[in-house]
Amino acid sequence: MKKIIGPVIIVLGLIFVYSPIVILSLYSFTDATTIGAVRGFSLKNYITLFTTPELGSMIWGTVALALVSSLIATVLGTLGAIGSFYSKKRMNSAFGIVNQIPVVNADVVTGFSLCILLVVVFGVSKDTFIPLIVGHVTLSVPFVYLSVTPKLKQMDPSLYEAALDLGASPAVALRKIILPQIFSGVVSGFAMAVTLSLDDYFIATYTKPATFDTISTYVVNATRGSHTEIKTALWALSTVIFLIVVLAAVGMNIYRHKNEEDERREAA
Amino acid sequence: MKKAFARKYLGIPYAIFLILFVIAPLLVLIYYAFTNSTGQFTVKNLVGFFTDPNTIGTLLYSLGLALAVTIVCLIIAYPIAYSLAMSNFNSKAIIVMLFVMPMWINFTLRLTALKEILTAIEGNLAFHPFINSVIGMTYDFLPFMILPLYNTISKLDLSLMEAASDLGADSKQVFLKITLPLSMPGIVSGIAMVFLPAMTNYVVLDMLYNSTYIMGSLIGSYFSAYDWHSGSMIALVLLLIIVAFTLLTGGTEEEDKNRGALL
Repeated sequence: MKKIIGPVIIVLGLIFVYSPIVILSLYSFTDATTIGAVRGFSLKNYITLFTTPELGSMIWGTVALALVSSLIATVLGTLGAIGSFYSKKRMNSAFGIVNQIPVVNADVVTGFSLCILLVVVFGVSKDTFIPLIVGHVTLSVPFVYLSVTPKLKQMDPSLYEAALDLGASPAVALRKIILPQIFSGVVSGFAMAVTLSLDDYFIATYTKPATFDTISTYVVNATRGSHTEIKTALWALSTVIFLIVVLAAVGMNIYRHKNEEDERREAA
Repeated sequence: MKKAFARKYLGIPYAIFLILFVIAPLLVLIYYAFTNSTGQFTVKNLVGFFTDPNTIGTLLYSLGLALAVTIVCLIIAYPIAYSLAMSNFNSKAIIVMLFVMPMWINFTLRLTALKEILTAIEGNLAFHPFINSVIGMTYDFLPFMILPLYNTISKLDLSLMEAASDLGADSKQVFLKITLPLSMPGIVSGIAMVFLPAMTNYVVLDMLYNSTYIMGSLIGSYFSAYDWHSGSMIALVLLLIIVAFTLLTGGTEEEDKNRGALL
């Protein structure tokens, strides 16, 4: 009896988490406008999704924003982590504390306060995209810092010294010795930054140009409107994203599995 | 001392960034919260917050909603995390990932899915605004509760429970006296991950047609009205709640480990 309960709970949990997404995905392949209506197969939503310019520019705009802000955040956060790691203890803990502020702060407060500072006080126009990019960098850079720092701590410090003793300049040693050792942290920091940017609604609302929409702000506006064609095209979008996520997860698992096997082989 | 020079100063751009875009906005927020539109010092916004029945009502509603969401998340997440941690599947990591994966889908799209399902079930979402909001937030935040719980429970020393039952405790006593107290760190960090977003994420309410305000929506409405001063006061109050809550739940180290683990 006990042996059954555990798996049943897990399966029920998975059903709760996945059923809305899966049901919506199934309905995205029909011409129904509400869930529950029985309709025939149709690719109408996918045609709307891929042929409406407004939807296309919104999706690519979101992706571009995520990539640009994540690149900036990754460079800034990695350099910051290295700099802070080699600073005096007091400086290092100051970095740590300030870095923590955007992590624990509510995104609403972060977005609102950045909007006041940049737009109201300094008069930066939101149309320049500067407030939006700064906002997204602020949102994600602490997580880059946090994912690089542990890698720095695990590093063998004598390698860097050895490189310098053997005649490498600090810049070369940094690139050839430190960077490879912290690289996995940099990559996961970047990936984290991308996901945070793609998922953000609040910072974008307070800092974006009026004519620009991210997926989040677009979806929220679309649910307020009565445009059923757009509404059901978003079902198709969520299906596409769901598929990408599933593929990414499978890919990541295969990669991890392979890595583990390689390590095992090396150990043997 | 060339090498010490090269590395330490790499942090300067980030230090400048943090001062400009993390510290400065907070200072501006404090300044705006205590001034009026002509730039004069005033406590009107502060007094206004605590005397206006609307804002106090919003604060209470937010706290109530956050409390309900946190409890429901805990009740759903604990058995899942517990079963997962205690199971002998070979691929626990994959199942944990299955629970985390939805977080990679944009949360507004996930809420759209939930909204359509709830509409199909209830007919009209307007009849149960509070319950729908609790369901929506639970759906949104559940992985944040499952992960820290799973991480804590899977590291528990099983021999403690065996010892307890060998010494005559029944399974209920083992759970209440051993397992539950030892899972407290996970419970606390799960609460920290769910309670605060539940007070501020007003998009969930918007999308599920709950027109009642929570703390986040107040900021949103002052933003739309260009009332920076009142908005700043709300943001400041929210910030103080967040700081108090963070200190209360024992720092943030666990929290970013968990947010980081989502990847």
